[in-house]
Amino acid sequence: MGTEQNTLERLGLKEEDAVRLLAEAKAYKGESLWSDAWRRLRANKVAYGSLVFLIIFGLTSFFAPILPLPSPSAPNLPNQLQPPHLEWGNSDYLAEVPLDQPVDAAAIAVAYWEKMGTFDQFLIRTRVKLFGRWQTGAWMGTDALGRDVMSRIVWGSRTSILVALAAAACSLLIGVVYGAFSGLMGGRIDNFMMRLVDIMYSIPFIFVVIFLITLIGDYKQELEKVGLNRETVFFLVIGAVYWLTMARVVRGQVLSLKNKEFVEAARVVGASTPRILFAHIVPNVLSIVIIYLTLTIPAVMLFEAFLSFLGLGIEPPKVSWGTLASDGTEAINPLRIFWWLVVFPSIAMASALLALNLLGDGLRDALDPKMRGKD
Amino acid sequence: MIPFLLRRLLWFGITLFVVASVSFFLMHKVKGGPFDNERALDPAIEANIKARYHLDWPLYKQFAQYMGPFNLDERGLFGSGPEKGTVQFTGVLTGDFGPSFRYRDFTVNDIIAQSLPISALLGVVAMMWALALGISAGIASALRRGSGLDLTMRLAATAGIALPNFVIAGFLVILFVFLIPLFPVAGWGSIQHMMLPGFCLGLGFAAYIARLTRTGMLETLSQDHIRTAHAKGLAPGTVIMRHALKGGLLPVVSYLGPATAGVLTGSLVIERIFNIPGMGSHFVNSATNRDYTLAMGVTILYTVLVYSLNTIVDLAYTLLDPRISLEEQ
Amino acid sequence: MQRSAFAPKLRAAVAVGLLALVLLGAVALSRGARLEPADFTFNNGSEVQTLDPATVTGVPEGRVIRCIFEGLVIKDPKDLSPVPGMADRWEVSADGLTYTFHIREGARWTNGDPVTAGDFQWSMLRMLHPATGSEYAYQLWYIQGARAFTTEVYPAGDPLAGQPRHPEESVAIRALDDHLLEIQLNSPTPYFLELMGFYPVFPVNRRNLEEARQKWPDSWEIEWLKPENIVTNGPWKLLSRRVNDRIRLVKNHDYWDADHIAFETMDVLAIEQASTGVNVYLTGGCDYVDKVNDNVVAQLLPREDFNPEPYLGIYFYRFNTTKPPFDDKRVRQALSLTMPRELICEQVTKMGQVPAYSLVPPMAIDYHSPEADRGSQTGTPEERMAANIAKAQKLLAEAGYGPGGKEFPPFDIHYNTLEAHKKIAETIMDTWKRNLNLNVKLRNEEWKVYLDTQSNLRYDLSRSAWIGDYMDPNTFVDLFLDGGENNKTGWGNAEFDRLVKGAVTELDPVERLRMLERAEAILMDELPIIPIYFYVNQNIVAPRLGGFFNNPEDEHFPKFWYWMDDAELAAKRANLPKDVEIVDPHGPPEGLYSPAAQRERQNP
Repeated sequence: MGTEQNTLERLGLKEEDAVRLLAEAKAYKGESLWSDAWRRLRANKVAYGSLVFLIIFGLTSFFAPILPLPSPSAPNLPNQLQPPHLEWGNSDYLAEVPLDQPVDAAAIAVAYWEKMGTFDQFLIRTRVKLFGRWQTGAWMGTDALGRDVMSRIVWGSRTSILVALAAAACSLLIGVVYGAFSGLMGGRIDNFMMRLVDIMYSIPFIFVVIFLITLIGDYKQELEKVGLNRETVFFLVIGAVYWLTMARVVRGQVLSLKNKEFVEAARVVGASTPRILFAHIVPNVLSIVIIYLTLTIPAVMLFEAFLSFLGLGIEPPKVSWGTLASDGTEAINPLRIFWWLVVFPSIAMASALLALNLLGDGLRDALDPKMRGKD
Repeated sequence: MIPFLLRRLLWFGITLFVVASVSFFLMHKVKGGPFDNERALDPAIEANIKARYHLDWPLYKQFAQYMGPFNLDERGLFGSGPEKGTVQFTGVLTGDFGPSFRYRDFTVNDIIAQSLPISALLGVVAMMWALALGISAGIASALRRGSGLDLTMRLAATAGIALPNFVIAGFLVILFVFLIPLFPVAGWGSIQHMMLPGFCLGLGFAAYIARLTRTGMLETLSQDHIRTAHAKGLAPGTVIMRHALKGGLLPVVSYLGPATAGVLTGSLVIERIFNIPGMGSHFVNSATNRDYTLAMGVTILYTVLVYSLNTIVDLAYTLLDPRISLEEQ
Repeated sequence: MQRSAFAPKLRAAVAVGLLALVLLGAVALSRGARLEPADFTFNNGSEVQTLDPATVTGVPEGRVIRCIFEGLVIKDPKDLSPVPGMADRWEVSADGLTYTFHIREGARWTNGDPVTAGDFQWSMLRMLHPATGSEYAYQLWYIQGARAFTTEVYPAGDPLAGQPRHPEESVAIRALDDHLLEIQLNSPTPYFLELMGFYPVFPVNRRNLEEARQKWPDSWEIEWLKPENIVTNGPWKLLSRRVNDRIRLVKNHDYWDADHIAFETMDVLAIEQASTGVNVYLTGGCDYVDKVNDNVVAQLLPREDFNPEPYLGIYFYRFNTTKPPFDDKRVRQALSLTMPRELICEQVTKMGQVPAYSLVPPMAIDYHSPEADRGSQTGTPEERMAANIAKAQKLLAEAGYGPGGKEFPPFDIHYNTLEAHKKIAETIMDTWKRNLNLNVKLRNEEWKVYLDTQSNLRYDLSRSAWIGDYMDPNTFVDLFLDGGENNKTGWGNAEFDRLVKGAVTELDPVERLRMLERAEAILMDELPIIPIYFYVNQNIVAPRLGGFFNNPEDEHFPKFWYWMDDAELAAKRANLPKDVEIVDPHGPPEGLYSPAAQRERQNP
């Protein structure tokens, strides 16, 4: 007690102040990194708005089958290349489906594609129960086969979101761990690991992709039994390409961090390597990771479009934003500009990615260790 | 520094060899060959063509012949001609990448010599756009964090990243070619030909650089030595240029390596849209044509480019941040 | 802290470096801008593989080779009949087996050498030589001894491995003297003369190759083709080439018919993407493109510069007849019956393609293709379709599929990745899914993989196309000989083979065509393929261009091209239908005529 009194005296503090400070410190400590971040994220209106927007987007995409949209895949040739106009429509592929009983899988296969998941089939049946044959018209125009652009954008978001998630997951799981480990270990191990990345960087991915895709083609039945189909492989390939840069970036950041005072201090007091990694380094690289992630996702979507363009991506009649946008640019010519084929997919892509970036910025600020406990 | 560079050189050799051999075997294992066509060939004719290009040899032998100055053809290495009936070249180790299988009137060296300067020029234009737009936008938005300027810059930068460059190219073509006929729609040869593709190619990188600069600057601005510098009473401009920018550009520098390589080897998409005869298109076309020699040539070239650029980046890193030592790299 | 001293220097260095790069760029710019615009520019659609006539196959290569080389005969641009080229006349023996060509006096190579019969003999032998690796060598196999010369080689291990077993003299191509070339055929070949105007058999200069070989013993095979080395005999000379960009041609004033050549310079572009090519044309960057993207078709059709017409090509689907369900003829017939040909032609491709019910496109000769079952011909399109569906369902039921029978196995429509093929496949898939309840999927593959899949019969139903080399049904029908490398369906029929092979040696030209008709009838009953439509050309041609004609092989001859002046253009336009949209004519208002035409216009 006496020493405490002395300390207070020396610091020139009154006792009630000290009590208040201690309580504050306790409160500060009691708030976890995440709940603190969440609190600050909510305070950031732009970031929070973006988050809400993305959630709505995600839900729309996930529940696409339940929405009264025209088929994204079945051609409707008489309606081709119509400019956007406001009207309501009637589903012609549901025309012969009796509404008083569940739509059968065969009818779904005609309107969409084979191997629709059971959950999606359930959603489609629900849709028919809710909306009957009633559906939206060509609000965003139609494409060259008369398919509704809006419907294709909504369905296309499913592919694009999946691709983005797969790439993000690979970047995070492999890239961050690999890069952080390499940077932290330093010396020979670091050297070796980075040279490995260099090698993988340089191997022409396009041959790897063609090779894997044709392999899939040859052993289709066998591979499908173990759940490997073209789409899965496609996601794996994208992930495999996109963790490399992340590893480099993280490693660079770790390298610069690990010579900083607070890490050295931790090392001096004898903290273990994993502890240094997860308690000190990771929170500090987080900001760069999030930035890079928000940069990776658009790149991945374009990469997907590019692979589809080469015939190595998703199989039609499925769609993705990337393919929609690149098909749209094909339609640019001085005679007649089919602007709706370019503008709407671009808006969809740009708005989602913009929200993602703004959220990324918000997250970065919210997670910044230097900002903890402040506002 | 010298031992560091020597070590790098050694690794460089190893990397090149591994990349070359993996790529070689991979591309030969991929289905389809350079001479497959809609019109299938008579088996005898096909055999003649394969013999001409040594494609009838076992792979390891083709690889050895491709890599080195070895004489594996029992009919003699240099005595080519219709009598000998094979296309000859001296091997990659002597700097000869061989004849292209698709563009048969050119060697791979010819093709690279024709297309690399074009891509490099396009890359320079693009990189200038990117650095000028990116760094200034990044600094401005970091210094006025949260202001309207910051928000606008960030929105613009995000749009630059979020919109695929072929979409931007599309909009620009509509605007500056069809509506206001300022630039040609495609082709190569004059300054006008360069502006639109350079801008489209640079914009994505500019956006990246702006974001990286902003983040880096924010990080550095909050650090103690900057506060000290401010406290010392240094002019804000000096603090920013001398201290903050140095640390703040670190992430940009590490990004410049891959970015320059990406820009230099051109962007396939941009080259395609504007029909620019650069290197970018060869990366994909050589693969889809199964032009083995050209594909190997551009792969090796790409490796060299990326590797040297990364080495330069690592060097620049230590110069910019004295706490990182070369020994650690 | 010593290192940080580098930083200002580094910044300075970066600045200087950037500046240097900009200067470098400026220098390169001034160098790149030196080409004057050419008199005429056309888009070739792709970079040419090679300019060596003996080893080319493609149409783009053919266009350039026809500009710089010339064969024994050339073709009339309207009806493609052979007209004198390097040979100013020829005789055919009564039995149709011996051709004698008289090489024109005064025909010269660009190195000054006269063009001789020996050049043709040497060039054709070179093309046939196994070591040349000519893909089109078989086009000369009508000549006695030619096939054996190309295909019979010493085996590996032999000191002469890869060399022909037969001497050059065994091939019946003989230079009787400098101006007399005699060729003997195995059997009468009605289209042989036409073949002599086909670009792969054009001659090359022997001295050109041999000198290159002495100078560059390792790389002469590439060096002789470089613009500074190549020796040619055609209307234009090769000035410069840049891969994937352009080929610049200049008029060859020593060409025997230089008086009739209008354009002093021509540029050949290599734009691959159809949409870019069309945009370059529409903004005045070139004057002729040969393919369009389907998004603009509706806008192009009313224009005066776009007049698609059918030519010798067919778009079809191959069945893999080696496995169920397509090993059953009835199943194939059912799918052919319900193939939505009209829908595809009218609503998808939209350029006036003709629905195809036979393999051989309509030709201007006495050949009448037997057709596959067209199905019902009465009533509205919907009624016809309904009748065809009913008939198809009956056929499928006979084959044991459908209600009460086996379930029809799922199958893939296989195609190479291209928007146009995708649209057609999606339309077909939709039709079959809706109407026949078939479980159809799409499978697109990258081009080379697609070819491999097709050749190895690892598909169910696969997109294909074939363009005829010359105006004769056998260029189509002989694809489906049992075991032929271009059959790719696994189908074979002994009677069919007998008829097609018999037609080769049949001496009576009329009977020959009847035999081919009977063979095609078998094919159209068995249907190892579903014909879908006959191609139309997709040329957009500047309205001012004269000497350009649509023709059934879509072959065009720059030799005859010129720019019309305003008067001639107005006269041409006066003959157009009223509703045709008049567009920018390109080219100079005063026109550009050959020296001969100019003289004629001055003193009519």
